[in-house]
Amino acid sequence: MMTLTVNGVEHRFDGDPEMPLLWYLRDELGLTGTKFGCGVAQCGACTIHVDGQAAFSCVTPIGTVEGTKITTIEGLSSDGNHPVQTAWRELNVSQCGYCQAGQIMQASALLAATPNPSDEDIDGTMSANLCRCGTYTRIRTAIKQAAQGQSAERRTE
Amino acid sequence: MGDLSLRNVSRRGLLGGMGAAAFVLAVGLPVLSRAQEQEKKSFGADAMPNGWKDDPHLFVSIAKDGAVTITCHRSEMGQGVRTSIAMAIADELEADWAHVKVAQAPGDEERFGNQDTDGSRSLRHFFMPMRRAGAAARAMLEQAAAKQWGVPAAEVRAENHKVVHAASGRSIGYGDLAETAAALPVPAGDAVRLKDPKDFRYIGTEKIGLVDNWDITTGKAMYGIDTRLEGMLYAVIARPPVFGGKVATYDAAEALKTPGVVKVVAIDSPQIPSEFEPLGGIAVIARNTWAAIQGREKLKIQWDDGPNAGYSSDSYRKQLEEAARKPGKLVRAQGDFDGAMAKAAKRVEAEYYIPHLAQAPMEPPAAVARIVDGRCEAWACTQAPQVTRLRLAKRLGLEPDKVTVNVTLLGGGFGRKSKPDYVLEAGILSKAMDGAPVKVTWTREDDLHHSYYHTVSVERLEAGLDEQGKPVAWLHRSVAPTIGSIFAPDPKHEMPFELGMGLTNTPFPIANFRAENPEAPAHVRIGWYRSVSNIPHAFAIQSFVAELAHAAGRDPKDYLLELIGQPQRMDPTELGDVWNYGENPDRYPIDTGRLRGVVEAAAKGIGWGRQLPKGSGLGIAAHYSFVSYVAVATEVAVGEGGRLSVPRVDIAIDCGPQVNPERIRSQMEGAVIMGLGQALRAEITFKDGRAQQNNFDGYELVRMDTSPRAIHVHLVKPADPNVAMGGVGEPGLPPVMPAVANAVFAATGKRIRQFPIRDQLAV
Repeated sequence: MMTLTVNGVEHRFDGDPEMPLLWYLRDELGLTGTKFGCGVAQCGACTIHVDGQAAFSCVTPIGTVEGTKITTIEGLSSDGNHPVQTAWRELNVSQCGYCQAGQIMQASALLAATPNPSDEDIDGTMSANLCRCGTYTRIRTAIKQAAQGQSAERRTE
Repeated sequence: MGDLSLRNVSRRGLLGGMGAAAFVLAVGLPVLSRAQEQEKKSFGADAMPNGWKDDPHLFVSIAKDGAVTITCHRSEMGQGVRTSIAMAIADELEADWAHVKVAQAPGDEERFGNQDTDGSRSLRHFFMPMRRAGAAARAMLEQAAAKQWGVPAAEVRAENHKVVHAASGRSIGYGDLAETAAALPVPAGDAVRLKDPKDFRYIGTEKIGLVDNWDITTGKAMYGIDTRLEGMLYAVIARPPVFGGKVATYDAAEALKTPGVVKVVAIDSPQIPSEFEPLGGIAVIARNTWAAIQGREKLKIQWDDGPNAGYSSDSYRKQLEEAARKPGKLVRAQGDFDGAMAKAAKRVEAEYYIPHLAQAPMEPPAAVARIVDGRCEAWACTQAPQVTRLRLAKRLGLEPDKVTVNVTLLGGGFGRKSKPDYVLEAGILSKAMDGAPVKVTWTREDDLHHSYYHTVSVERLEAGLDEQGKPVAWLHRSVAPTIGSIFAPDPKHEMPFELGMGLTNTPFPIANFRAENPEAPAHVRIGWYRSVSNIPHAFAIQSFVAELAHAAGRDPKDYLLELIGQPQRMDPTELGDVWNYGENPDRYPIDTGRLRGVVEAAAKGIGWGRQLPKGSGLGIAAHYSFVSYVAVATEVAVGEGGRLSVPRVDIAIDCGPQVNPERIRSQMEGAVIMGLGQALRAEITFKDGRAQQNNFDGYELVRMDTSPRAIHVHLVKPADPNVAMGGVGEPGLPPVMPAVANAVFAATGKRIRQFPIRDQLAV
């Protein structure tokens, strides 16, 4: 029996510790916002935060995250208004939207570590996440807009 | 929530049993041309199975609190149709966008009209019916208010979610009128008063956000793969690795020992042509997806590979090239090619190759089905819900009215999700589990190994130039296995709808023009892939034009414009094309002035002719497809070791009237990225009948670091505002690859004649 915290709620698990966290989130907890795209850490659709760091849940065995705090797209913000989420909506970044939860989780982790990322920072981090619809230019713009939103928030605090 | 539904009042236009003929029409087989001959041609939505509906009861409901729910009957796969359809209806309805929601129709074409979401035609075919539905509902609300006040209907006016009577200063909200309005007769479609376009409040503006924005950004958006039902089981399937193969023997003992695995089910493999039938194989059904995947790995299967076991991309390419070097079936001829070629001052020839591609939508195929009391209900990310319904009914031995197909959001489609094989798998497995809900998930490996692939092609062009460098003779041989091969046994030729995607309707006024289509057998499932045959045709034609410009010592943009010639409206059926994307050639001629217009816009956008550093270059290409006009100009830089980057792309589209310009921009941006992926690294190759790429490490797509930093979209408005609406989802893609190839030539002098480029530029 192991425990882990997902979006602030503690869960116990006693199944196959090799099962990727992705399938635990989707099939067991019903948190379907985290997507399956490749299963081999190639597309980033399954990106979540483990203790605040972006991770591919499709290659994260659940046994390795005991005691950690997991955040999924459903728990990124209490009101759906994380600056990255807001920027994504304002710029209509999404097309089909399927990869965007992973993109948003990757981008929010990037901004947490690098509040004002350069284009190279964005290339370096966001290249982990594929978008077949081709929304990259808007993702780049949205990250920069969210970064400005974040710094504006900090200035007003 | 107590919605007062305006729906379900009538079932107009009920058609009899949907037979095979009606279905065949749905997929654009040449039966279309026969049907056209027989019944004096119908076009557009009229020519589609189950046509269109404009009954407001189907598409609009208004709750007592004023909430407007608009039903979208077309599938959302990223093109923004749920937003755009709602804009069209809400605008005519005079609805306040803040009170508009969108519901998704299940597959039911007898009620809603055609639902095949493909061919870039949702708005082309349904903009006017949806406007009429919105306007009819508005008229009914106005009448209801007039009746309540006892004033003539002409004195009242709908305005932003209420009806006002200016003379008395009274107004009533839509919610308070809905019940009365719903009981009024629906005005006939031709009696409905449509808005003057200058009064549009949503249509043509860029201020409307995506209706699914909130759900997408908060993880609440539901795709096919996200469906969850009580007691649901999870399945993955080991399918024959070679198309046409089947299971010889199998041993499931170890798989069944895997914790969580419930059952192993064999599915028969289909006869070829297999149409939309599942490929068969061995399914592992489990308590969760992971257990199913683990169980599948433990299956021991001996495959009988069947007749395509020798399919190899290397040898097949040689076969296509040999075919391209000999005369083939004549599909278009004007003048005397041989005679003009013999007299030409200069002759140029070139061959172009594009490999198979997989649509690879980010959401792989996935579906859930359950069977309760003789009724099957499915949840599916499908572009073709009615086709899915009919096929599911047939496969399960049910009447279509016993089958419901709920349409989820699609995590990308690109044509893959027009084929319902994966939904049928879910139905078959539910049946095998006594009707329990079963979700079938395709892994990415499944998707790349068992796609309905984009065709593979060799295009050979020959031209004779006169003393001024102008082409006086033009030969184009296209050799590519046809989509028809999934429907008919061993056809060897492209179908008219494929040839009509840029080959038989090449819009250059060249006196001596010959197009041929030599034989090419299919060894895998060939299917629609965004833009379809326009991809190889545009690549070849637009590259060849640039090659001719070089041979003539001319600027490629100027040369392209000269080749297009003076603006004129061509009847595509006179060129040899019988299809014209299903549209009336009178309403949809090929307007070369509009093709010129987008070339000029893209060239101006990118600053054609500007000086660039060594190793950088500009390229341009244009193509008419899906009755729209698109040109792409690219700037490329080739660095050390042949490393290619594309810092900037300008794309110009003239699609006629623009409903949702913001989504037109996004479709163009996406087309650029997809085209670039095809140009740079993406390909599916076969060896021993097996696809060689397993996942995104082998099937390499554009990522953030290879994406252009800047994509500039130019929305070109036609000079004539009365031109008919063109497509948007697909026409952006075809010119991207030749524009890249032409830019690479400008940058390096190296002519790219095969995609992907991969390491072709390494020195």
